[in-house]
Amino acid sequence: MSFWAQAMEIARIDLRVERRLGDVMRIVLPFAVVALLVFPLSLSAELATISRIGPAVFWALGILFGMQVALRQAANDRPERRDLYALLGVDPSARFVGRSISGSVLMLGFFLALLLAMIVLYTPNLPEGWPAPVSAALLLTGVGLTELGTLAGEITAGLRNRTSLASLIVAPLALPLVIGGSQTLESLARGAGILPWLLLLVATDLGLAVAGVALARPLEEASR
Amino acid sequence: MRLHPVGEAILLDDTGVSLGGQAILRGMGLEVSAGEVVGIAGPNGSGKTTLLRLLATLVSPDEGTGHVLGAALGSPEVFRVRPRIGLISHTPAVIGELTLRENVLHATRLAGHDPNRVDKAMRVVGLDEAAARRADAGSFGMLRRTEIARLLITEPSLLLLDEAFSGLDGDAQELIDALIARTLQREGAAVLVSHDTEHLGLRAGRVLALRSGSLVALA
Repeated sequence: MSFWAQAMEIARIDLRVERRLGDVMRIVLPFAVVALLVFPLSLSAELATISRIGPAVFWALGILFGMQVALRQAANDRPERRDLYALLGVDPSARFVGRSISGSVLMLGFFLALLLAMIVLYTPNLPEGWPAPVSAALLLTGVGLTELGTLAGEITAGLRNRTSLASLIVAPLALPLVIGGSQTLESLARGAGILPWLLLLVATDLGLAVAGVALARPLEEASR
Repeated sequence: MRLHPVGEAILLDDTGVSLGGQAILRGMGLEVSAGEVVGIAGPNGSGKTTLLRLLATLVSPDEGTGHVLGAALGSPEVFRVRPRIGLISHTPAVIGELTLRENVLHATRLAGHDPNRVDKAMRVVGLDEAAARRADAGSFGMLRRTEIARLLITEPSLLLLDEAFSGLDGDAQELIDALIARTLQREGAAVLVSHDTEHLGLRAGRVLALRSGSLVALA
């Protein structure tokens, strides 16, 4: 089976498992929406303030809960499944790519649902023509965060307290994604160019993809 | 020391394995030829599972040398032979959220085999009626049969069974016996590991004992 066929098979099965488990849409997303509700209640009842802070709260909660989405595979990854994949001849790089694809699909769905909730709850003054650039920023941020989560999952495979350790790896390394994602909307609102921020996201995604593919096999072997 | 391991399914020469800084296996010497079934007996904690994982190329030796299906253990050669190794370990390797059939189909696709063989394999292992049952709702015996169905399709040259007969009814045990027989017909080999020497004696041509991390002939 070719590299891409293996990657797509793993992505397909991951999405099927998620559809049946509902970790992202039935557990993480409702909690993130509740957090969206709590923020204005704890700050102010003034509608103008709530409207102004909406995008910032969205990015903060999006990244925070997005990390849970990104790390869900690490939490569900059992040693027996890793051994099975190894003995079936699955290329660890294909597994990384497959998991990044499925995770990115989930992350994009999560971000879009959270964005919709934020727009409904905060009624922010979004700049004209925002959907396309914001969608691009969400996609690129989601891909990067997923790659980071998948890579962190591989680094911590076989370790105790794996999920906590993976979070500690993801949080600081997600900084370029947080900056790139949030500044895209901010620059759009100010009428400034968004290209540098999108390029930052693309560069981060590519760097993580190269690192993930290159390190997948050594990390898998080291995890046993 | 043997210089030409090709032709032997397994060849361990003074091989040792440490995990977490502790020596689990040491001075292992083992030759298993094509067409041979070898049983390895030992009490709990004697290193049986680690030995099987070594033979499955999933752990690397710290000492000595070893070859499995002609590939040197601990070298990149193992990636080439892994798809020819079939392992049934303590815990069934299935994805709980998939159905039994989906588990076999997923493995079949990943291994590059014909997906059309899945339904026949499910019938052979007696899971045709339970094929749509989710693995996390299946009994232990069903999960074992799922693994057997997978191995019927992937047709490994080296079969490694870790207490694979435990907890199975007579029919399921017969399926594993048939799996071993099919492997031998293809000039493959099998290593069975168990604490039960009686059942090893019934199936293996040779039974060795694992004591304190070393292999000795069973008296």
